[in-house]
Amino acid sequence: MVTLAITAVGTVACGALAVSLRNLVHCALFLALSLGGLALLYLQLGAEFIAFAQVLVYIGAVAILIVFAVLLTRGGDPAREPLLSAGWLSGVLIAAGLFAIVSIAILSSGAGKLNNAGPVPPPDSGSAQAVWQGDARQPLQQMPTSNPATVDRIGQALMTKYVLPLEVLGLLLTAALIGAVLIALQEQRPNPPA
Amino acid sequence: MTPLQIYLLVSALLFAIGLAAALTRRNAIIVLMGIEIMLNAANLNFVAFWRFGSHPEALTGLVFVLFSIGVAAAEAAVGLALIISIYRHFKTTDVNQISPAPVAQSPGTSRSQGELAAGSNAQEGSA
Repeated sequence: MVTLAITAVGTVACGALAVSLRNLVHCALFLALSLGGLALLYLQLGAEFIAFAQVLVYIGAVAILIVFAVLLTRGGDPAREPLLSAGWLSGVLIAAGLFAIVSIAILSSGAGKLNNAGPVPPPDSGSAQAVWQGDARQPLQQMPTSNPATVDRIGQALMTKYVLPLEVLGLLLTAALIGAVLIALQEQRPNPPA
Repeated sequence: MTPLQIYLLVSALLFAIGLAAALTRRNAIIVLMGIEIMLNAANLNFVAFWRFGSHPEALTGLVFVLFSIGVAAAEAAVGLALIISIYRHFKTTDVNQISPAPVAQSPGTSRSQGELAAGSNAQEGSA
């Protein structure tokens, strides 16, 4: 519980710093720290594969991409321009109101009574697993460990039940890659407009 | 307070931070970072509900988070490419100074703009 509290506070603090600092490079650094804290939270939740995917994709790719964008769009002197838009108060009020509503809903809901004893232990019988697995022809063996989310299981789920969404995601990533390159291409103009 | 509620509160707080950033900051990159933080908050919710739900062996939440991470990566790539392209065009990343061609103007200025565009087209054609 102490580890959870430390990680949660660190993650939220880094997230808040990431969007409130003036220097964009510092913002990107704190964003990476916040995403790393989220990966730690995933680890504590028992989702190791998600945690490593988070580190790989977010800290390894997205944060670096943001740093690239920050360095490529650094024009002139950031000077003393105001950080916030004109109607920043309404934006902050909207965010605070949303957080108040959601937190009241969380604290007053039955989420606390859902599972007071922590994570549900996996079922002992193999029949229940054959039901969830979706591929009735090949029911899994008895669950070897208490962790229901081994890479083995995730891989089997991705290759059997979720194979079509996986392929669609690959297509989407390819299209996004081509689109990003096309958008960011230098415009071929002999006379750039003043 | 149970662990599930702690995770949900952290997620809600992160979402509020991201929303505030996307609504108030002027720099487009920070706006995109706020959107990324909001996506991550939703992912944390998925994982928490997967873990503390009654069927953690179903892996639904985990697989959804994996797909969500993939889509967020695509979104970040396209968004940053758009920001770089916009910066090249407008020489700024301030979302308040980025606007399309002025729409509410008198006919005279719009005609002059049309002539300007035609002139530049002709210039490009001659070149």
